[in-house]
Amino acid sequence: MTVNLTGRDIISIPELSREEILAVLKNARSLKKEPQPKLLENYVMGSCFYEPSTRTRLSFETAMQRLGGRVVGFADPAITSTKKGETLYDSTRIIGQYVDVIAMRHPLDGSARRASEATDKPILNGGDGSNQHPTQTLLDLFTIDECQKKIDGLDIALVGDLKYGRTTHSLAQALTHFNAHLYFVAPDSLQMPEYICEELKNKNIKFSVHEKIEDVINKVDILYMTRIQGERFADQLEYQKIKNIFVLNSQMLESVRPNLKVLHPLPRVGEITPDVDTTKYAYYFEQAENGLYVRQALLAMVLGKLK
Amino acid sequence: MNKPKQLLVSAIQHGTVIDHVEAGMATKLLGVLNLSNHKKIVTLGLNLPSQYMGLKDLIKIEDKELTKKEANKIAIFSPQASINIIKDYEITKKFDVTLPDNIQSLIICPNQKCITNNENMESDFKVYNLNKQVKLQCKYCEKIFLQSEINNYHA
Repeated sequence: MTVNLTGRDIISIPELSREEILAVLKNARSLKKEPQPKLLENYVMGSCFYEPSTRTRLSFETAMQRLGGRVVGFADPAITSTKKGETLYDSTRIIGQYVDVIAMRHPLDGSARRASEATDKPILNGGDGSNQHPTQTLLDLFTIDECQKKIDGLDIALVGDLKYGRTTHSLAQALTHFNAHLYFVAPDSLQMPEYICEELKNKNIKFSVHEKIEDVINKVDILYMTRIQGERFADQLEYQKIKNIFVLNSQMLESVRPNLKVLHPLPRVGEITPDVDTTKYAYYFEQAENGLYVRQALLAMVLGKLK
Repeated sequence: MNKPKQLLVSAIQHGTVIDHVEAGMATKLLGVLNLSNHKKIVTLGLNLPSQYMGLKDLIKIEDKELTKKEANKIAIFSPQASINIIKDYEITKKFDVTLPDNIQSLIICPNQKCITNNENMESDFKVYNLNKQVKLQCKYCEKIFLQSEINNYHA
């Protein structure tokens, strides 16, 4: 099957087929190996960040610039007409007249879909509230493929706040294409939502639910850590009790599989102690770097420069 | 000897009877169909005995013939409901409600952080009927809701 993402919006992971995901990863791989500094010459990307972001915004912007394209935009909505009450629809419609592609982040769920209705220019969703963050998921898959030399049939543990974390939802959904065995490690109150579990069951994906990292760490290929946010707990004592259970340190890595890699979407706060950084299992900084190549691949593909 | 048949809710001359409404849903349907603004008689039967459903609700609307489109709005809240169109006290048309694939502009998304609750725009939900349970997925925030979680709608 030929993959053609020209003109496509990248809004939500469930809209991408296995073939499309693999094509993005293949292009990202070749751009990592062989940079193409003139590929998007004469193209302009609108970088519309209605909410703070460091990694996502900077990697989108450098991705465009390293392909020879230019970037206009804002990182603070306070300086735009949004402050005057302009709707997202109107803002996007106008910005779409100036640029060739829009990368955006917005605090409201569904904002990227709404923006896509306002313009014919492709929208790349860099996070819409608690809903989706598809480019993060694609870079996670790219990193898994890079460090394990495959994605199919891996044992993958997702750890931390699985209830509210959009990255873990999207990653679990994407992994349904790759027959992964998933282990969900979270406090009971922050476990994977029922609708995701139902989707996994419908697609015959094996998964199990756990309360401790130690229960799964020796039987997985990927340990995907996320942050547990204190503000999610009504009872702060409960949070204090729980947060130390979900911390990874180097002693816990003594009997793991030799090919294990630890990933994290970052920023980390305390859930991976610094002594893990120097072990052969740490791969989260490489993961963050890969965001650049995956976003380059997406920009080039939606602009019709790569198939 | 057969028990004499007695109507629990009075008959109507012309209009629509919405029968087999899931018990407890009739008051919600009044809002969905905007019947509080209907200037003719609307009769409500709540928790009536039903051979098939145990208990059911029923709505009789004088001088209003429900359209298929309106009937399909009912399906989201009570998929087993049936519609009887009445003329001169006789049933002239009878049909079941059908769950639409999508429902636009009716439901207000229960997710307060959904863009549809923050911009002047129409809502759009995909309708799923899984194991006789109606589920609705917002096209925008992608959250999935049970019909019982839908409390606000545009009439």
